[in-house]
Amino acid sequence: MGFDLNNWYKEKRQGDLILEYAGSISSDVISDTLAEFESKISESEELRRVRKKVYNVLVECLQNLYHHVDEPPKDAEIDEKDRYGAIVLSKDGTFYRVSTGNFVKKEKISSIKDRIDQVNSLTDAEVKMLYREVLNNSEFSEKGGGGLGMLDIVRKTGNKLEYNFFQVDDDYIFFALDVYIS
Amino acid sequence: MMETIIREETLKTPFVKFDSDKGVVEIKGRSIPENSIEFYKPLIDWLDKYADQPSGKTSVNIKLEYFNTSSSKCILDIFRKLELIHKKGNEVEINWYYEEDDEDMFEAGEDYQSIINIPFKMIEMED
Repeated sequence: MGFDLNNWYKEKRQGDLILEYAGSISSDVISDTLAEFESKISESEELRRVRKKVYNVLVECLQNLYHHVDEPPKDAEIDEKDRYGAIVLSKDGTFYRVSTGNFVKKEKISSIKDRIDQVNSLTDAEVKMLYREVLNNSEFSEKGGGGLGMLDIVRKTGNKLEYNFFQVDDDYIFFALDVYIS
Repeated sequence: MMETIIREETLKTPFVKFDSDKGVVEIKGRSIPENSIEFYKPLIDWLDKYADQPSGKTSVNIKLEYFNTSSSKCILDIFRKLELIHKKGNEVEINWYYEEDDEDMFEAGEDYQSIINIPFKMIEMED
């Protein structure tokens, strides 16, 4: 057996766990998760600048899940299968880490990988330029920001995106993304 | 006479006031809805109508605490409508507010300013 979801959680909880959620990513779940973050990390205990950045990353990550997850495989050992996604926020040393995980169909690997690798290959100035270009020129889908999400995260954090694809079965992979904020 | 739009702030959508009488366009708070088009379409439609008979001066106050990338294009669409009004020779003043240590919100204002041909007034808010 290859991929173990529980091991993934365990690894992502390293450091001080602030919040975690796994299940159906609904609009209400997104609201609740954001409210939980705001109640747990008050302005007094963290710099407002950092707190805002973490909040922004949480919004983009949660809404990315909301708009883009695939149905999980039928035999996955999880309770809620509709719009299943997982998110873990911990503070590890001087970094906040937002980790997301979701099941995607195998054929999507290359498009996800290409998009992230492209964003990661850019300098800060190039990220800013591309963000403006996409904002100004691209048609947006009903769903979201037409690819601005990843760019926005990299721009605001100044850090590269880390990701992994874990093989689940012949048709599915588990896509895991880590964003670091400091 | 056009109807004034007032929307109270919700968890994910900002306070909005579009008042044709006074020539005031205000958006304040958080704009992080999952479906931003649904929220902004009526506002953009309103500006379309307002453009036919705008007030001599339109004051635009954008005071956002957070906005998601899904809202960013809708906000640009609002600025584009205002740009048309400005192009027709009407005065349009855009005030972009940001909290003093919020470099991201300042840069977001710069992003729009780089695309839209209306001078922005960048206003830093102190605590």
